Amino acid sequence: MSDQMLVTAARLLADGEVCVAGCGAARRAARLARAVHAPGLTVLGDDGTVDGVPAATAGVADTTYWLQGGRVDVGVLVADQVDAFGNVNTTVLGEYDEPTTRLAGVGAAAEIAAGAGRVVVLLPHRLSAFVVRVDFVTAPGALAGPLDRAQLGLRGVGTVAVVTDLGILRPDPATAELVLTDVHPGVSVDRVRAETGWPLEVADEVGVTEPATAEEVAALRAG
Amino acid sequence: MATISPLADAVDALVHDGAEIALEGLGASVPAAAAHAILRRRPRDLTLVGTAPGPAGDQLVGAGCVRKLVFSRLDPGLHRIRDALVTGWPAPLEIEEHTQAGMAARYVAGASGLPFGTVRDGYTGTDLAAVTHLATVRCPFTGAELTALPALRPDLAVVHAQRADRAGNVQLRGVPGLRKEAVLAARRALVTVEEVVDELEPEHGAVVLPAFTVTRIAVVPAAAPDGDPRADPCDDTVGRSWAGVSGDRARFTSWLEGIRA
Repeated sequence: MSDQMLVTAARLLADGEVCVAGCGAARRAARLARAVHAPGLTVLGDDGTVDGVPAATAGVADTTYWLQGGRVDVGVLVADQVDAFGNVNTTVLGEYDEPTTRLAGVGAAAEIAAGAGRVVVLLPHRLSAFVVRVDFVTAPGALAGPLDRAQLGLRGVGTVAVVTDLGILRPDPATAELVLTDVHPGVSVDRVRAETGWPLEVADEVGVTEPATAEEVAALRAG
Repeated sequence: MATISPLADAVDALVHDGAEIALEGLGASVPAAAAHAILRRRPRDLTLVGTAPGPAGDQLVGAGCVRKLVFSRLDPGLHRIRDALVTGWPAPLEIEEHTQAGMAARYVAGASGLPFGTVRDGYTGTDLAAVTHLATVRCPFTGAELTALPALRPDLAVVHAQRADRAGNVQLRGVPGLRKEAVLAARRALVTVEEVVDELEPEHGAVVLPAFTVTRIAVVPAAAPDGDPRADPCDDTVGRSWAGVSGDRARFTSWLEGIRA
């Protein structure tokens, strides 16, 4: 995943928050936030780690308690496929019983998507991965509309941003459908639309993300 | 009470055709040596339970030992499991998927003698709810709808730990994962350790499994250079060397012959 993508995701995490992040890009973004602008960010692993250090109190079961108990502010998820309502698929491409590609599956993604206060999703922007409806709802975003999560009793607000290598999509509060709100420097709106598999709405004023700073890049390299 | 014995003897005593066997552990705590010993035993029709089955699960599926896999996450590079799922090689594989919270709740229920565990989140609103084994229950106190999941009571749990004492008490270090929960849920438990000591030193952050919860202990070489408890389990993504073996049926087959030789 591009530096600009990880940096942009990291900036969406605030100092003093409790964040849960899976392995790989999600954890890198969270650690980057802590290294640069959010020294008081607690980074929980979906594997039951706290800040990468196994603690006596933190196993997978503890992470579950914290999520279900509403103690986690934000989750960072890496998706394989995302749809117009911010639903995340990491289970299969194709039919569940006869998949064309078998992906990693759910892990903790579903309880993070349900229980964290909000969710940031990471996924490189490709036409094949930005679809009208995901092949399998592994982790619920807005499902199919703005009221669906509340009706099912899901605690958090769900997907608040999908950060890609082209920009940021955020849900329209009225429809819950993802809208292009920001592009990365040098990326055109037309290019984002061309890589999105539904007629993508665009915000009235599309922002341009700040390029990664030297400090951010150095922190990423340092791991 | 736990008996200390050679690994092959422990596996002969505990692993049977058709058994439900849980393999738990992340990073330096994967029961890799035990998985190889099970491959040598050549069991059939296992139900294999593992939150993240990893290469050990991949090997057992690829060897045709597993009828059904119960899991939460399949890391990339586990090509034997994917081959079984997509093409049915070497045998069709039945699967049952749960969230990590679901796996934890199922083990804890089994360990507590309860018929089912409950979770608030993780299935509601997902497509997993329609393809896995669950039910909905209503809280008798608040009326809230919860997901009920059947308790896990594996015939055998297999985990790796750093050390045991001669009485059979086991000290678990490192990322805990669901090792403790699996051992406490299972009818019998096999724990591989890197050393047996006269007396366990109290250690911050270590979990102790009392000897009465463990059936057999076997000493194996260190699974990782030092079993560093601070090792980042994110480095535990399936190694390229295993992904290379796993990615090719012929290479896997000769690897398996080597393990069984």
